[in-house]
Amino acid sequence: MSAIHVIITLPFLLAICIPLFKKVWPGIHMGWFMLPLPIALFAYLINLIPVVMGGGVFHYSLPWIPSLGVEFTVLLDGLSLLFGLLISGIGSLVVLYSVFYLDKQKENLARFYVYLMLFIGAMLGLVLSDNLMVLYGFWELTSISSFLLIAFWNKRERSRYGALKSLTITVCGGLAMFAGFVLLYIMTGTFSIKELIADFSAISGHDLFIPAMLLVLLGAFTKSAQFPFHIWLPDAMEAPTPVSAYLHSATMVKAGIYLVARLSPLFAGSSIWLWAVSGIGLLTLAYGSYRAIKQTDLKALLAFSTISQLGLIMSLFGIGSAAAFYVGTSQYEFFTIATAAAIFHLINHAVFKGALFMVVGIVDHGTGTRDIRKLGGLMAVMPVTFTIALLGSFSMAGIPPFGGFLSKEMFFTAMLNIREMSFASMDTWGALFPVVAWVASVFTFAYSLLVVFRTFGGKSQFHQLEKEPHEAPLGLLISPLVLASLVVVIGFFPNLLSHSLIEPAMAAVYPFGLQPNESFVVHIEMWHGFTTELFMTIGVAVIGIAIFFLHRRFAWVNEPMELNVSLNSLYDHSLKGLDSGASWFTRNYMTGSIRHYLIYIFLFLTAALGLNLFLAGDITLKMDDFAPISFYEAVIITALVLSAIAVPFVNSRLMAIILTGMSGYMVTLFFVIFRAPDLALTQMIVETVSVALFLLCFYHLPNLKKEVVKRKIKLWNIGIAVSVGVVMTLVSLSVSGSRKFDSISHFFIENSYKLAGGKNVVNVILVDFRGFDTLLEVVVLGIASFGIYALIKMRGEENALNSQ
Amino acid sequence: MELYMSITIGVLFTIGVYLLLSKSLLRIILGTSFLTHGVHLLLLTMSKLKTGAPPLLGEEAQSYTDPLPQALILTSIVISFGVTSFLLVLAYKSYQKLGTDDMEKLREDTE
Repeated sequence: MSAIHVIITLPFLLAICIPLFKKVWPGIHMGWFMLPLPIALFAYLINLIPVVMGGGVFHYSLPWIPSLGVEFTVLLDGLSLLFGLLISGIGSLVVLYSVFYLDKQKENLARFYVYLMLFIGAMLGLVLSDNLMVLYGFWELTSISSFLLIAFWNKRERSRYGALKSLTITVCGGLAMFAGFVLLYIMTGTFSIKELIADFSAISGHDLFIPAMLLVLLGAFTKSAQFPFHIWLPDAMEAPTPVSAYLHSATMVKAGIYLVARLSPLFAGSSIWLWAVSGIGLLTLAYGSYRAIKQTDLKALLAFSTISQLGLIMSLFGIGSAAAFYVGTSQYEFFTIATAAAIFHLINHAVFKGALFMVVGIVDHGTGTRDIRKLGGLMAVMPVTFTIALLGSFSMAGIPPFGGFLSKEMFFTAMLNIREMSFASMDTWGALFPVVAWVASVFTFAYSLLVVFRTFGGKSQFHQLEKEPHEAPLGLLISPLVLASLVVVIGFFPNLLSHSLIEPAMAAVYPFGLQPNESFVVHIEMWHGFTTELFMTIGVAVIGIAIFFLHRRFAWVNEPMELNVSLNSLYDHSLKGLDSGASWFTRNYMTGSIRHYLIYIFLFLTAALGLNLFLAGDITLKMDDFAPISFYEAVIITALVLSAIAVPFVNSRLMAIILTGMSGYMVTLFFVIFRAPDLALTQMIVETVSVALFLLCFYHLPNLKKEVVKRKIKLWNIGIAVSVGVVMTLVSLSVSGSRKFDSISHFFIENSYKLAGGKNVVNVILVDFRGFDTLLEVVVLGIASFGIYALIKMRGEENALNSQ
Repeated sequence: MELYMSITIGVLFTIGVYLLLSKSLLRIILGTSFLTHGVHLLLLTMSKLKTGAPPLLGEEAQSYTDPLPQALILTSIVISFGVTSFLLVLAYKSYQKLGTDDMEKLREDTE
């Protein structure tokens, strides 16, 4: 149990205490009790930065299920530390924001903070786990706590829909990832990420390498809302705004990116990984930014913007993995720039997107709507909020001097570098990458402008609003102000981050890239001369501004496209289809008719037995040692067969019963012929009693009607009955024709008198050698008689039930 | 002999299954007793027919027929008798309560 184990468990412990706080101090906003914890975690992690900068890695193990190789191992290196800081830092700000955002009286705050603490703990556990199984456990816990938070206002139908959708998609991906982890375990025999990476040469040539990689990627893509699994994220915007800001922009959606970065040393040598991660990332980037322009709801716009930015980061990690092909050459560092850009943008995005969501929350609070068609001209009434929005959006658009500008330059550099690659068909297709990236950046620029100027600029139309707009209270503004100032600080002093966070994180992504005592040098400069990237950015700005001004005029261009290409309707329809397909299937075979069920049973019996007999070639018709047949036997057989065959044809119940009884007596005669005196006796008595019972009972039943059955049904019945009969005949023949080994009966015959003192061997077997059977057979008879008694006596009580 | 017995068993099974598939409850119960007979004869046939005296040691014969299947069949006869009698009473009660012995009419309304 190390300090890192403790910091993972602390949020869970605090979550347990929340009902206590509620009881003891009901008057105080629950958020104040929560606030110290993420701040303390943040401070603790900040303290670790110098150690990690010096190349230190914390690695502690705690046995959990040692027999299965599952240990609660924590690993804290540059990458985990970066995510830990984001989680605890933005977590503190979000808790503070939610104290002022959520109403103490109207909302069930205890529930909200339990979920939120659960989420913080799960997320910390996710990024700090070294064991894949533990990581998976925390991964699913983030899905579940996110599900609970999205449906926080569970009285609303849209919230429940969004929560269910996000849970379905992320859990399906999570399960695929779980399968991928199991495959990794099969290949290496360990769940530890550290040991996996050390042993990666054992994996790279393995047959299961590509399936494991694709399954893990499926998990990462669903969690990080990559195309086409992004559809849950816009619907998750039904959550309270602090949740959207925290989970669906800064932390949880980056879990997939964390996984890609964490496992990139394992898979980076594969060109499929490079193409999948960077290709899907770029596709998501372009699609998300294109769709974002069309949204009218601010939160939906930011959701699509998150999707596209996540795609950007993902594609950068994909290109960064190309460095694995150049280990040891001078081009190595050339491609590591992409990873540096990815990590830098990851931080940037968490900061500005958190601020923007909080701004939207403030606007929603202050005006009562998030629809940009109704908003406008808020600049004058909400100056502080406007400033924050301006900083966030400009950083998002990539306008200097903010952090987003720098990461965009680095992004373009990485995209241009990809043309230098000479493998995985990158030299032919690589030219597409910068083009797509540039187009997506244009859209990004345009929607960033939309966020600010549609909301805060333009004419004011306050009469359309539900409330008189006003500036938010100070408490609500603190968190976005902190984030906005971070945007500026990162913009002006990017190298503060590069040494403390980015370089250690890169060391975690490229564990083999460094000689001992060497570290990556990332130097981010604001001005790097008149390069291609700069001209690309100027182009982005010019075209972006043009799109912004033409946006309203050309709105109709977008509409039909959106209707046709809707992944949501595909998702909804396939779920509905699955549902109705399953119920159609069940309705059609679970008919409620006993005849149908019997048909299934008999068909299966015939098929299974017949096929087996046929395939095994066991139908041996050896009749050599068959006993001869005598005249009397022939007569009995004929009588039995005739009486049996006659039963289905008679229409009087008495006749049917007598014929059945007759065949029973014929069976008795067989027992006589085949030297079974006890059987003959029992069969005779039982048959007599049965016939008497039949007669007694059916005296009360209606007369047997002639069965009016359709010809088709009758033919079916005959077919099935005959096939069962034929199969049973074949079974009987092949069993009696061949015997694999001798009977054990000579033991009974030899020892019946010696050991048990009886001369009737059958009776000795029944009560001595195998007396247990007889005991239970007696029990069966007893139960049957009790059952009959109960059935007959039941009437009175049933009437009492009916009368109730 | 075994060949003819096998054919007889086949016939008993055919009739039993055919009766089970019919609509009236009476026929279904009759069908079960045909199936029972078929199974008992099958058990007996499987252990070679007529290979010696009845398994009574007082006979002092050279060889006896196999006593084990006989013990099994005896157990089975009693059990199937118990089940059949219970079924009969059940049929009687269900006819009293529901007024029909048509299995298709006893179907749960699925529509």
